[in-house]
Amino acid sequence: MAIEQFVSVALALVLSPLLLGVINRVKAIFAGRTGQPLLQAYYDLAKLLRKGAVYSRTTTWVFRAGPTIGLGSTLAALMLVPMGGTPALVSFSGDLVLFAYLLGLARFFTVSAALDTGSAFEGMGASREVQFAAVAEPALLLGLAALAARTHSLSLSGIFAGSASSAAAHGPAIFQWWLQMGPIVLLVGGAFFIVFLAENARIPVDDPNTHLELTMIHEVMVLDHSGPDLAFIQYGAALKHWVIGALVVGSLLPVHPAHPVWTPVVAVAGMLALAVVVGVVESVMARLRLLSVPHLLMGALALSVVALVLVIY
Amino acid sequence: MNAWTDVIVVLVALTNLGLLGSSRLSVCIRVVAVQGIFFGLAAVLLRAEPITVDLAVVAAASAIVKGIVFPVLLLRTARNVNIRREVEPFVGFSTSLFVGLVLLAFALWIGAQMPVEANPTGSLVIPLALFTVMVGLFTIASRRKAVTQVLGYLTMENGIFAFGVTVVGGIPVLVELGVLMDVFVAVFVMCIATWHISREFDHVDVDQLDALKG
Repeated sequence: MAIEQFVSVALALVLSPLLLGVINRVKAIFAGRTGQPLLQAYYDLAKLLRKGAVYSRTTTWVFRAGPTIGLGSTLAALMLVPMGGTPALVSFSGDLVLFAYLLGLARFFTVSAALDTGSAFEGMGASREVQFAAVAEPALLLGLAALAARTHSLSLSGIFAGSASSAAAHGPAIFQWWLQMGPIVLLVGGAFFIVFLAENARIPVDDPNTHLELTMIHEVMVLDHSGPDLAFIQYGAALKHWVIGALVVGSLLPVHPAHPVWTPVVAVAGMLALAVVVGVVESVMARLRLLSVPHLLMGALALSVVALVLVIY
Repeated sequence: MNAWTDVIVVLVALTNLGLLGSSRLSVCIRVVAVQGIFFGLAAVLLRAEPITVDLAVVAAASAIVKGIVFPVLLLRTARNVNIRREVEPFVGFSTSLFVGLVLLAFALWIGAQMPVEANPTGSLVIPLALFTVMVGLFTIASRRKAVTQVLGYLTMENGIFAFGVTVVGGIPVLVELGVLMDVFVAVFVMCIATWHISREFDHVDVDQLDALKG
């Protein structure tokens, strides 16, 4: 049992940059390009880690601490997330609140580091990030609350184990289970997917490829980081894809294979499928105007609230 | 059966929120049309008693009129008066969504307060119907354009239809069809009136109608 848990964390650590590669490959196929290598994110990380970091004289220790704390809290959040039927490495009652606020801590330090540079441009990005997070966070928490109330469990592992066992009771036909649990799971899954796109700066909310536009959010905050610091940030971003993606996949597809060997395989396949879906979404959608992003996130919040109300009623 | 009830209830609740949250008029019109079709389905699927011919006729007529005829009429009107989106409503779209969520909670609360014999199955259909009526009223009160207000009126009617067919039951088919006919005529007249307003005043902002044209 314990080995499985370590294996799923190790898989997350190793494979999360691959998600970015898959998303980019899907986008390239849609655009008719060859696209960058699947492992480009790994090459970038290796290159950045070999370089030295440059620090501006106006920055303080906050700027240097930002990337490290950001990566550290994302890693801690990873320990709390169950993957594809495997319970998380650490789990206790109420860990979903810790999970949400570990992501919040990472955001707080990314934002503080951006403000610490004293650049007006980065301050703008920080302001946007916080503004959108103010809506995305309740959507995530209320969605988790709906699942928690449904499965009568206050830990992430318990929630997903509860979903998985009720799905197993319905046999192999996942459609039957959707119909039964259905509306709630689909609502929460939809809300989590929007939160996934927002938190990871994917396209309807933010464009991960722009570096020069005035409308970007995440990329603008990390402009002044260089070398290993930037590598930490990029690796942390990749891990965040995996962490929140595991929530989306876990809530929509609570598959519990009969043999434990298949568990990580199914989990990784789910994550890769999610990456393909994100790639498709990015290819067929334009980025929303900045003013209508909170509107989209309000939609996610509405989905979560409807789910919660249905469960409680 | 029960699972399908939940699915329809959630979908209708989402159409209500979609009406409150989207600014594009064509989206709003289609959302209300889809809602009309869902309520037609609901009338057949959600009743405890076996389906009668009368009920099937009413449900089918309602679904066809609300799902096909009204959207065609309204889309044509919107094109004729040349408006595509609701600009600057009295209550913003995010706020409207939030109000919608509050209304949903309120409707569920009222549903829970109701005497048991009014809602023997304890289903979510009654709160949903109340929610739909409230959303329709809110849409009428919070939007400027005449076409959006017609949509609010239709939403309200949808809610009343759902309430009547699923709860009261035993309404003579003639009455139901008469109501449907009335709604049809009302929408027809409102579309023509909207077009005349637009031709006379070059806009369809109803709040500007307060000021008389000299």
